[in-house]
Amino acid sequence: MDYKTVLTTCPYCGCGCNFYLEVLDGKILAPIPCKTSPTNEGKLCIKGWNAHEFIQSPNRLTGPLVRKNGELVAVSWDEALDYTVSRLKEIKDSHGGDSIAFFSSAKVTNEENYLLQKFARAGIGTNSVDHCARL
Amino acid sequence: MIKTVQERVKALLDSGEIAGFLGLKEAGGHIGPHLFTPEENGLDGLVLGDWKGPGDARYTLNKQLIHLARAYPDETFGVLVRGCDERGLKSLYVWNQLSPEKVVPVGIACPPELAKACECSKPYPDALVAGEKGEGCAQETLKQVEALGLADRFGYWQKEFDRCIKCYGCRDVCPMCFCKECSLEDPDLVNTGDVPPDNPTFHLTRAVHMAGRCIDCGLCNEVCPVGIPLRTLYKKVADIIDEEFGYRTGQAADEKSPLNILAGAS
Repeated sequence: MDYKTVLTTCPYCGCGCNFYLEVLDGKILAPIPCKTSPTNEGKLCIKGWNAHEFIQSPNRLTGPLVRKNGELVAVSWDEALDYTVSRLKEIKDSHGGDSIAFFSSAKVTNEENYLLQKFARAGIGTNSVDHCARL
Repeated sequence: MIKTVQERVKALLDSGEIAGFLGLKEAGGHIGPHLFTPEENGLDGLVLGDWKGPGDARYTLNKQLIHLARAYPDETFGVLVRGCDERGLKSLYVWNQLSPEKVVPVGIACPPELAKACECSKPYPDALVAGEKGEGCAQETLKQVEALGLADRFGYWQKEFDRCIKCYGCRDVCPMCFCKECSLEDPDLVNTGDVPPDNPTFHLTRAVHMAGRCIDCGLCNEVCPVGIPLRTLYKKVADIIDEEFGYRTGQAADEKSPLNILAGAS
């Protein structure tokens, strides 16, 4: 029997609510909102209450996929990045920077978000930048 | 008080009577639920859930106990209980969610200020290990709401329910919500997938399901991000069940809820 309650931070938005993940024999059962957290004081929204569900989902993406002849194929990170760079360049050259949008995340650091918008605006030439908390 | 509890838990673990003790632990500046096991060295960090005030870091330990009992039905577990948690245990025995032979409650009494804040009818468990048995408190908040006329009272509840963000936290935290299928996810009863929820249907659907089930622990009140006084609502539902059937949830471990009997008869 291996039963743990692991204190962690909600991955969904930038608020950073704390909860314990109830883990029994390696399987996550439920979040338990942390009463002593100054951020959420023992409360959660519906996203936090269900934050554990995607972790063990069989549909979760665990590596890069590239569509080849209509089918998604698992590829290496190098291949995926090379493909992405070449396609972004092609699209920018033929349709302009405004034809591309960037989607960032509330789960990453402020600095990483800064980097993404800088790349979008200065590198590609688009103002279309959004993030995942707009669910 | 903590010393008495520690001694009792240590004795239970050392004797092998329990496979683990579900209690509260303070670690890294936070208080949360924790399973103390014989393999663990000692009871470091064991606390009773008092943080800035008495009992303000209580958790729904019975819910976690159900998870453990389902996975390890042959093991016996100790669990930290207050008066409300013990009402929960008795009721969970009645509903066949836990087996009394497999649970060793370690009881603590709530201090008068906590009992008053909860307006608790019995702020101590029968399985009392530490603390002083305090007096039950009068239901002042419920009386205040009931003193309103019907239209004002309906208006009061509609205004409260209007703030609901439909997080389902009241359901998710509730130690008595053990159903596999929840009415609050039934599209015939609730506008699933939409916010805000139907007012007052959503909360009254839950209130009806708390009849004969709610053990008045108040964790729903504490978990609500918008501060809806759900506990007051469920106290009223419990009063109706008492008036109609002479039944108080969690008073006895061998008395089935009247609604349990009705369900069985159908």
